[in-house]
Amino acid sequence: MIRWLLILPFIGLMIVPLYNMREPLLFGFPFFYWYQLAWVPVTSFLTYIVFRSARHDG
Amino acid sequence: MTADLDVAEVSVFVALFVLVTGMGFFAARWRKPDTLAHLDEWGLGGRRFGTWITWFLVGGDFYTAYTVIAVPALVYAVGAYGFFALPYTIIVYPFVFAVMPLLWKTARDKGYVTAGDVVRGTYGSRALELAVAATGILATMPYIALQLIGMEVAIKALGVTGELPLIAAFLVLALYTYSSGLRAPALIAFVKDIMIYIVVLAAIAIVPSKLGGYAHIFEAADQAFKAKGAGGILLSPAQVVPYATLALGSALAAFMYPHTLTGIFASSGANTIRKNAMMLPAYTLLLGLLALLGYMGHAAGLKLTSNNDVVPMLFKTLFPGWFAGFAFAAIAIGALVPAAVMSIGAANLFTRNFWKAWIDPDVTPAGEAKVAKITSLVVKVGALLAILYLPTQFALDLQLLGGLWIVQTLPALVFGLYVSWFSAPALLAGWAVGMVGGSYLAWSDGLKPLHALVFGGSSVSVYTGLLALVLNIVVVVVVNLVVGSPRAAARGTPA
Repeated sequence: MIRWLLILPFIGLMIVPLYNMREPLLFGFPFFYWYQLAWVPVTSFLTYIVFRSARHDG
Repeated sequence: MTADLDVAEVSVFVALFVLVTGMGFFAARWRKPDTLAHLDEWGLGGRRFGTWITWFLVGGDFYTAYTVIAVPALVYAVGAYGFFALPYTIIVYPFVFAVMPLLWKTARDKGYVTAGDVVRGTYGSRALELAVAATGILATMPYIALQLIGMEVAIKALGVTGELPLIAAFLVLALYTYSSGLRAPALIAFVKDIMIYIVVLAAIAIVPSKLGGYAHIFEAADQAFKAKGAGGILLSPAQVVPYATLALGSALAAFMYPHTLTGIFASSGANTIRKNAMMLPAYTLLLGLLALLGYMGHAAGLKLTSNNDVVPMLFKTLFPGWFAGFAFAAIAIGALVPAAVMSIGAANLFTRNFWKAWIDPDVTPAGEAKVAKITSLVVKVGALLAILYLPTQFALDLQLLGGLWIVQTLPALVFGLYVSWFSAPALLAGWAVGMVGGSYLAWSDGLKPLHALVFGGSSVSVYTGLLALVLNIVVVVVVNLVVGSPRAAARGTPA
């Protein structure tokens, strides 16, 4: 079921020890920051995939 | 104090404020309906807001002026922990995508205006309707007061003293909300959101180059926290669970509030909401970058009397007067949109679930609109008086409890969209236990949002609102098992 993709942001962000670290840096941003910021477009994209996969009324 | 006034700064601020006020009154004629004397028109803008209007409105309404001030202030004060707003405002959208189109459809099909209407229609219970409506109003009042605090910070940053400007701004807001209803904040949201985008993008593009780059900004913040001996740019082990539970609990609470629900109900279709669940995260990106202003405050070596001053002081220190004025206007105008929608949401609840339910069941649509308009005035004046005469901390504490309270309405509002197993008495019992138990825990913890759970020898702190919600749901299930689930005749069959 494609809509279970929507569970991924919860997993990726609620398991905080996954990303509570400084390295690797990106553009001077510690991992903790750019990892979470990266989830913003990723979540939008996952939502888009789920939206496209289903037929919705109005 | 007048000697400190920067003419360019104040002029830009005042000009923008006047523009927005004009728009607020003009909004009554925007997308003009046959009549504004109907709650669907005054309180929901005719349920015709398409994808873009909804995006601006919900964005302007959910990411409030207080957020713009308080999130960087918290990050300035404690570091990484203040970033919980970021995961919170990410995971909220899959939730919105999954739940809110169903809720919208139920509301549109049955003509519901408020959460109280939905609950009443689904379970046929006056008591549950009252519980949900009262919780909504209770949680919203301090939230409106917070918007005033945001506006106060912006006005103070201009160097203008005294309470007169705040009173004037809020009375003007009250008047155009009265006459234009939800159309006013919807129209103003365009200006507000674009201004906030400009301000934040300018800040994150220009400030780092003035402060030696992002690596240096994080380094400076790290040093400042080490020198202070508290906080840090990473979470301490004890902060990990609080961080995650605050994010999850806040995300579940966010769209239970009357102001966010009003934005949902006012949209033109289920797909409008689904598209917004994809597009609204743009604001989250903005919020995450905005939060970094807290660290920029450290890198700029600001000396602050109050953490809330970090954003205004940064702009005053690093930008020319006219742009600082623009930024402060963005924040002050940013307070108008949520304050208007919140007062409209609260007024809709009062009208539908108190006035129509208990006082005048035969009230006409025009009568409803009139009651709602007057209520929105009363609500705003009440919030103004609270800010003028009560300690600020009182509003902050209540707002904290407000999040805890509002999430207790989730089972009653959402569960019925998926299953018809739950009964009103069980939901009411769960709500009561969640409200009382959660408030008691928060109170006994000195009005902190975290409660320490002890397992054997170790203890872990979790967000009290989430804890109370778990308690709530357990009680709902247990009571439902005991009393059974009588299928009320009035129960709808949600799609």
